[in-house]
Amino acid sequence: MSDVILVGLPYIAVALAILVGVYRFKTDTFSHSSFSSQLLENQKLFWGSALWHYAIVLILLAHFIAFLIPPLWGVIYGGATVAFEAFGLILSLVGFLALGWLMMRRFSSRRVFVVTSRMDWVVVSLLLLQMALGFLVALSYRWGGQWFVSSTAPWLWSLATLNPQADYVSAMPFLVQLHFLVGFLLIALYPFSRLVHLVFFPIHYLWRPYQRVIWNRAPRPGLGAARSVPEDIRLRRLSS
Amino acid sequence: MDIRAQVSMVFHLDKCIGCHTCSIACKNIWTDRQGTEYMWWNNVETKPGTGYPTQWEDQEKYKGGWERDSRGRLKLKLQGRAGALTNIFYNPSLPTLDDYYEPWTYDYKNLFDAPEGDDQPTARAVSLVTGDFMDTLEAGPNWDDDLGGSEVYAANDPNILKALTENEQQAVRTLEQTVFFYLPRICNHCLNPGCVAACPTGAIYKRGEDGIVLISQNRCRAWRMCVSGCPYKKTYFNWSTGKSEKCILCYPRLESGQPPACFHSCVGRIRYIGMVLYDADGIEQAARSNDHGLVDAQKALIMDPFDPEVIAGAKRNGVGDSVVAAAQVSPVYKFVKTWGLALPLHPEFRTLPMLFYVPPLLPVIAAIRDGQYETTAGMESAPADETGPNLNTVDQARLPLSYMASLFTAGNLEQMRKVFHKMVAVRMYMRQEQVGDQKEEEVEEALRRAEFTSEDCLRVFELTSLPTFEERFVVPPMERERAMDGELPPLDPYSRKAAGGFGFRDAPARRF
Repeated sequence: MSDVILVGLPYIAVALAILVGVYRFKTDTFSHSSFSSQLLENQKLFWGSALWHYAIVLILLAHFIAFLIPPLWGVIYGGATVAFEAFGLILSLVGFLALGWLMMRRFSSRRVFVVTSRMDWVVVSLLLLQMALGFLVALSYRWGGQWFVSSTAPWLWSLATLNPQADYVSAMPFLVQLHFLVGFLLIALYPFSRLVHLVFFPIHYLWRPYQRVIWNRAPRPGLGAARSVPEDIRLRRLSS
Repeated sequence: MDIRAQVSMVFHLDKCIGCHTCSIACKNIWTDRQGTEYMWWNNVETKPGTGYPTQWEDQEKYKGGWERDSRGRLKLKLQGRAGALTNIFYNPSLPTLDDYYEPWTYDYKNLFDAPEGDDQPTARAVSLVTGDFMDTLEAGPNWDDDLGGSEVYAANDPNILKALTENEQQAVRTLEQTVFFYLPRICNHCLNPGCVAACPTGAIYKRGEDGIVLISQNRCRAWRMCVSGCPYKKTYFNWSTGKSEKCILCYPRLESGQPPACFHSCVGRIRYIGMVLYDADGIEQAARSNDHGLVDAQKALIMDPFDPEVIAGAKRNGVGDSVVAAAQVSPVYKFVKTWGLALPLHPEFRTLPMLFYVPPLLPVIAAIRDGQYETTAGMESAPADETGPNLNTVDQARLPLSYMASLFTAGNLEQMRKVFHKMVAVRMYMRQEQVGDQKEEEVEEALRRAEFTSEDCLRVFELTSLPTFEERFVVPPMERERAMDGELPPLDPYSRKAAGGFGFRDAPARRF
């Protein structure tokens, strides 16, 4: 059983996320959107959306650093363990409350309710559950930042290097394993939901030129042929 | 010099009758879909009024367009680059649906299906967003049409509040002094568009060939910064598909040589469309001019299409001969450059809008005084006499010159007055020609002041009052068709085979 959840599910989830994610992007680029509902409801959104996004970005960042760059994690975490754990607890609580607030907003505002798909409800419910689990794990099993590096990180690395060893985490408490399960479920749902918006975070806005000019038919002489022409436009250009 | 071509426009406000035919033509073609019901890519506002969305001109509220920083450099009023990323989860300057209005239809079915009863069945309003009944309709398209509710709407026109003195505001509010005109608006297809610059993804672009500004529906990710970045509020967020949309200047029609639907259907024939050649190298410099120099700086970007150097520059950039030829007979060039009659709307937003307006020579000079209808009322200095109406009323206009200057010249009164003097000269000259009841020396004085010759007046009159369809709309059709007809140098008709397509193969609707 534990192999199904700790080995099978992660591989299926990541495979789905990558394969379906790429397939969806190639075949249905149009569907990639964050589907903001701010136009429809502006008042309640602020506290929910801003707090939720900042909290989850920081939390995910901590997870990824601990998994990908353990030495860096050792330095920043080891220096202030208690403060870090406390901050993490607060963040997960803030994230949980903000997400709950957003969910309440979707229920209470008719305009937002009607633009909420079934998949939105599934995703937001799982995320809420995941935040609660994360909070409880951090509260009950101290100190997560330490045991993560010696158990979860090696397990994830064993998965990443195609040498799966569930033993690292198979004896962990139920809550922790549930946290893993829901986490990979969310990854599996990524290409089937609006979660896709997170890979389009427009970091390149920091350096892109303000103005964009695209020559459709005959690129301007002197400009590299299709340098500034995005994929969907390039298809329409002269084939010669 | 970096010469490019731009499809540019002129709206002659003296001719607009406010019939909204343009808006309906556009709506029927482009925005009759779920999520776009509230969008009016073309709308006609009553001025004075708060417009659509409410008070869109108030950039302290909506943060659209550009401003200069302390060192004179251009920056988006909305936010810096880092600000775009930190505000992405919540855009503090986004208008909400209530700033436009909640679109609705009526429950017509009830008129047929209602059970027998003592009362007439009614068709209640049904929201097109939620599908719920709406018991009170608080706003709708053109809610303040023809000054409806003007104590709220006209009184809160940002131009009135900003540019008029308390006395002037009081005068405008006086019933006997009531005055309004119409302001049709579409996307200005700016040279320095705020929406393009504000889009974090870079989904919005200006077409090199004709300057039309478009949003790639495939690349838009609903970060909705364009809605704020455009000071004219001419990009709209489709709440159903999660994509921003805007006026596309009917480019499928333009490419086949037809004017956009709003132009084609205009009942008052107020609209002109034509090519202009501009120098793209000067854009930033022009956009950084000080407020009162903005209009002239923008006009200086528009080049003489007969200048051999300009033509050579256009050729270097691949601008087609047919486009240059069209630019040489462009009605827009005449109104904007030759005669200097047309002005951009709110140049102080610094986006260099390429839709120009011939301002309205308001009002029709008549008023009720002591119960009498007087054609020359309001002009104490020029009482009615046997010489016919005094048309020379620029500084006594019911809407103060400062109001017009706030709209069209970033507050430059002198520039505004100059345009009106030209319009007055044409009126007086033509009145004298056709009716002959003006004073000869006054007409001459008016011409001198306007720096117009009688020939100029005739040309302006012709293009204002008598233009044919072909004179109003000078759009070069696709080169392929004309090459095949032998009008242009031969072009392999198959050279663009498989280069185009039918666009979306899937319906542009939400799927996830």
